[in-house]
Amino acid sequence: MTTPDVPTLLDDMAEQARHYLKTHGIAAPIVVGIHSGGVWIAEHLRERLGVERPLGKLDISFYRDDFSRIGMHPQVRPSELPEDLDGEHVLLVDDVLYSGRTIRAALNELFDYGRPASVTLAVLVERDGRELPIAAAIVGAHMELGKTEQIKLRGPEPLRLERVTIDPEDLKA
Amino acid sequence: MTETQIAHPGARLPEPGPLPNRLQLTDDGQLRHMLTIEGLNRELLTEILDTAESFANMNEKAVKKVPLLRGKTIVNLFFEASTRTRTTFELAAKRLSADVLNVNINTSSAVKGESLLDTLRNIEAMNVDMFVVRHEESGAAHFIARHVAPGISVLNAGDGRHAHPTQALLDMFTIRRHKGDFTKLKVAIVGDILHSRVARSQIHALNILQTGEVRVVAPCSLLPADVDQLGVHVYNDLDAGLKDVDVIIMLRLQRERMEHAHLPSEHEYYQLFGLTSRRLQLAHPTCLVMHPGPANRGVEIESAVADGPHSVILEQVTYGISVRMAVMSMVMGAHQA
Repeated sequence: MTTPDVPTLLDDMAEQARHYLKTHGIAAPIVVGIHSGGVWIAEHLRERLGVERPLGKLDISFYRDDFSRIGMHPQVRPSELPEDLDGEHVLLVDDVLYSGRTIRAALNELFDYGRPASVTLAVLVERDGRELPIAAAIVGAHMELGKTEQIKLRGPEPLRLERVTIDPEDLKA
Repeated sequence: MTETQIAHPGARLPEPGPLPNRLQLTDDGQLRHMLTIEGLNRELLTEILDTAESFANMNEKAVKKVPLLRGKTIVNLFFEASTRTRTTFELAAKRLSADVLNVNINTSSAVKGESLLDTLRNIEAMNVDMFVVRHEESGAAHFIARHVAPGISVLNAGDGRHAHPTQALLDMFTIRRHKGDFTKLKVAIVGDILHSRVARSQIHALNILQTGEVRVVAPCSLLPADVDQLGVHVYNDLDAGLKDVDVIIMLRLQRERMEHAHLPSEHEYYQLFGLTSRRLQLAHPTCLVMHPGPANRGVEIESAVADGPHSVILEQVTYGISVRMAVMSMVMGAHQA
């Protein structure tokens, strides 16, 4: 099955982001990506938007709500946020928006760095299956997938989307 | 002996067996308790240090906390006095958002005659998740780990002369941050090796991480009988032992643990085994000076060295929090898997 071309989606996202930032009067956002896929997308988006401020990176492993079920992720990369977030406009970027739990964790972590003036969510792919009241303002592609299907971003070079079928046995686990 | 004797002075536990891994690791090799460094592999030690590295970066945040262990209760069970270790364990737990209970047994039930096992069962009944144990008897943490309810983790915060694994890990973390690769390093551990659980854990950790050369420097009266089996080079002369080393770890002269006269006098000890500015020049020019604390200034280390440019003694304390956060989150994660 074919998947959308990532560079084309990025161009479209950049266009939406420019419009969004302009209508909301945001001159200098901080672009923050969520490890790993979100960081790749955030970097491309930052380039396309000509944002000069350094890229922020979030690893939300310490904020996950499933730690008590799945335990510690062995490789947690340090979160890097360029500066104090008080009063800043954050453009939060992830690859796939699914349940919304990753974004909830990312918001919790962001607020431990300060009180941003606003947080706008941009995602490469928005799919069905939301479990929390979270929505993206900037979306590359909408996809309807079954419970047994996932969409994964492979990268960093070249970036491409891949549809993965999950073994129903794994879903039970 | 019966188990109820442990809380009483004079009772001796058998030395822990050589293979505690069955106890401290899960079936799939994850850390469930942290009792001793001995027997752990290089991958696991590296994973602990890497995890600690992620926590070390947290200090930049406005809120120096993560919600990882929210709702967990951690009990500091200290049968022996400690300030630094207990407070860094407490801070580590709090930065992981756990609730912490400090139980000082010396002033509590032990003096009323309650056995260790009774104390344990009572605290367990309060639905706690982790015990951090310090005890003057070797093997106490193993004993508790064998008897706690499933789902509770035990961290050894120092047992007798046996082990102090998180101290050794924070020392490894400090060395790695400054020096990187262990295989090229010469490390000298100087002082009271005989009474030091820290030294034993350090030697195991340094060897597991494949350190180039591990030296112990001490008078014969402060070396354990089995020192030959520890995989170290033994020096009885400090000047020779310090030659070209990259890291010097000074140990505290444990006056309270000396039952017999191991030394003529503290003054003579300082003359022979005290780390002075002059002696430091024998080591590599970028040598690190470490000490697990509390340092006896003028007994094992000159003040000018302890506070000098080579000293990373206070960094060790800071890193102790990150390393303990790493171990706590890993053992709590392993239970769930």
